[in-house]
Amino acid sequence: MKILIIAEHNNGQLSEATRELFGLPLGQAERHAVVAGEGVEPLAAPLGQLGAAKVHLIDSPTLAGSTGESLAQALGQFIPQLAPDIVLAAHTPQGKDLAPRLAIALDAALATDCVQVSCADDHVTARRPVYAGKATAEVEFTDDSLKVITVRPRTAKPPGPDATRTAEVATIAVELPEQKTALKEIIASDNARPDVTEAAIVVTGGRSLGSSENFSIIEAFADSIGAAVGSSRAAVDAGYRPYRDQVGQTGKVVSPQVYIACGVSGAIQHLAGMRTSKHIVAINTDPDAPIFQLADYGIVGDLFDVVPALTDAAKNQNGND
Amino acid sequence: MNIFVCIKQVPDTTTRIKLRGDGNGIDEADIQWIVSPHDELAIEEALRLREQQPDSTVTVLSAGPERVTDSLRMAFAMGADSAVRLDLPGDADSGMNARALAAAIGKLGPADIVFTGKEAIDDGAAAVGQTLAAMLDMPCVTVVNGIDYGDGAITCRRDVGGGSIEVIETTLPAVVAAQVGLNEPRYATALNIIRAKKKPIDTLSAGELGVTEANRKTRLKNFELPPPKQPCQIIEGTPADQAKELIRVLAEDVQVI
Ligand SMILES: Cc1cc2nc3c(=O)[nH]c(=O)nc-3n(C[C@H](O)[C@H](O)[C@H](O)COP(=O)(O)OP(=O)(O)OC[C@H]3O[C@@H](n4cnc5c(N)ncnc54)[C@H](O)[C@@H]3O)c2cc1C
Ligand SMILES: Nc1ncnc2c1ncn2[C@@H]1O[C@H](COP(=O)(O)O)[C@@H](O)[C@H]1O
Repeated sequence: MKILIIAEHNNGQLSEATRELFGLPLGQAERHAVVAGEGVEPLAAPLGQLGAAKVHLIDSPTLAGSTGESLAQALGQFIPQLAPDIVLAAHTPQGKDLAPRLAIALDAALATDCVQVSCADDHVTARRPVYAGKATAEVEFTDDSLKVITVRPRTAKPPGPDATRTAEVATIAVELPEQKTALKEIIASDNARPDVTEAAIVVTGGRSLGSSENFSIIEAFADSIGAAVGSSRAAVDAGYRPYRDQVGQTGKVVSPQVYIACGVSGAIQHLAGMRTSKHIVAINTDPDAPIFQLADYGIVGDLFDVVPALTDAAKNQNGND
Repeated sequence: MNIFVCIKQVPDTTTRIKLRGDGNGIDEADIQWIVSPHDELAIEEALRLREQQPDSTVTVLSAGPERVTDSLRMAFAMGADSAVRLDLPGDADSGMNARALAAAIGKLGPADIVFTGKEAIDDGAAAVGQTLAAMLDMPCVTVVNGIDYGDGAITCRRDVGGGSIEVIETTLPAVVAAQVGLNEPRYATALNIIRAKKKPIDTLSAGELGVTEANRKTRLKNFELPPPKQPCQIIEGTPADQAKELIRVLAEDVQVI
């Protein structure tokens, strides 16, 4: 069985979500990686160290400011040459744009946002959440077409790089037609912290913070443990946080290792965005707040006391390391 | 302009999900159905564009069984000009849904612009917009939270995560997938909801759209509810004790810091 991993990169670095794809239990499958863009050659070595047997480079200046359209065209030309059984991409803004277009171009089956993907004995099993994480379902592939699968970030742990491994490297040339879409500009975020969808830990504050200034206690705690800062919709609507931080049905869907909800009641629309977190911590003055029904660990208390104490405890812990 | 909007009917977030006996789907008996929230933004954007562009029509499409006519009526109540149901089973995969939508737009079009939501909240697949665009050979801009309309082209602001925004220019016709922030969907007034009850909803059959079970490439099966939660472990003590213990849990039990 041959698996192709589409490597996403930013500023010359592989994305964390791409590294995670190498941590999936793929058994004995032959793992290839493809990386498209301008000046991508230096990414071959790290991909080899992650476990790619062969790295295919599509290096072209036209792919520098690439949109889903051009990437899908480039990969659509290359993939039939390799003829993999499975194409894996991360379920990120880029992967979400790419995968459906590839599936159409290659007449492939598409399964997006999977939270479990494994291969054994030439058979792939994939599960995905449905109804905002209220259930999961297995994706049955009805025929033996190529399968294009996107995997939710933080589904697997990335393997540590193995410096003794190297991949065979091939260079692929593609011809791109004139594009209908053009990337004009990227307005970079001023967010110095990790994005909520990608962080291992998310610390979320709710309406109870009372002001944007008070969110500094959430930020200080998040920074002490390398976490992203999330927000409930009530806190966004009140103007305490930007929309980019909103977790929930109409915000982002996150699946971190640990989700720490501070002064968040746990409304169903909020749970829709964080239910699949591996461990959930709730800090709330109200022992009957619905969030405690989903939480693994709870602190019944005033976040204005508890959160600064957590920052101190985390700093002490770091000091002990 | 010929404006199309694709809307999906989904269970309301607050509805409790019960699995069917065979585990291969949900029991639809007591489900409260709604228009998927991002699709309301898609309808709103279409209506605003119609207001700017004289002689425009807004056609709303939804693929699904008989029940989806209620959602199409909601679109009428918001102000759509016509609504068509594409008669597909409720468990059609995104490829089948997109194929039906593309065929319907082919029949009723040509379209100048097609609006979808960034994702439907039942499957959260974020797949149908791009799939439909690929089938129609149109460009597609997803997760859009702002649009400037130009002559034969549009410039979209796209939310690519972490607060970063991509500015993408695309020629029309195009598919645009709406993200929160694009607009504030209007409420349908009670009067318009009553009026919408009398509006005709056309139906196109799967046969007319050229969609069959042979187009199905995936099917969801073996649904599982999350395992019952262990009761929450409450950490007691003074704030300092509680903090120390939680940090210990994160460092030693969960090993994340
Ligand atoms: C269509 C729709 C979509 C929605 N989408 C989203 C979404 O994407 N994301 C989202 O979050 N919400 C969403 N909502 C809103 C959601 O229903 C809730 O209103 C919202 O999540 C509540 O935010 P909150 O928990 O911050 O505030 P509240 O519900 O007001 O809860 C505040 C909590 O803080 C606790 N508290 C108060 N003071 C303290 C203190 N000093 N220390 C500790 N705890 C304290 C209280 O006990 C309470 O539990 C949506 C709603 C609708 C209708
Ligand atoms: N059955 C359907 N009928 C009409 N539009 C749909 C259907 N399924 C998906 N869509 C559209 O495609 C978007 C993305 O859906 P999904 O790919 O299922 O997340 C939705 O927000 C709708 O605008």
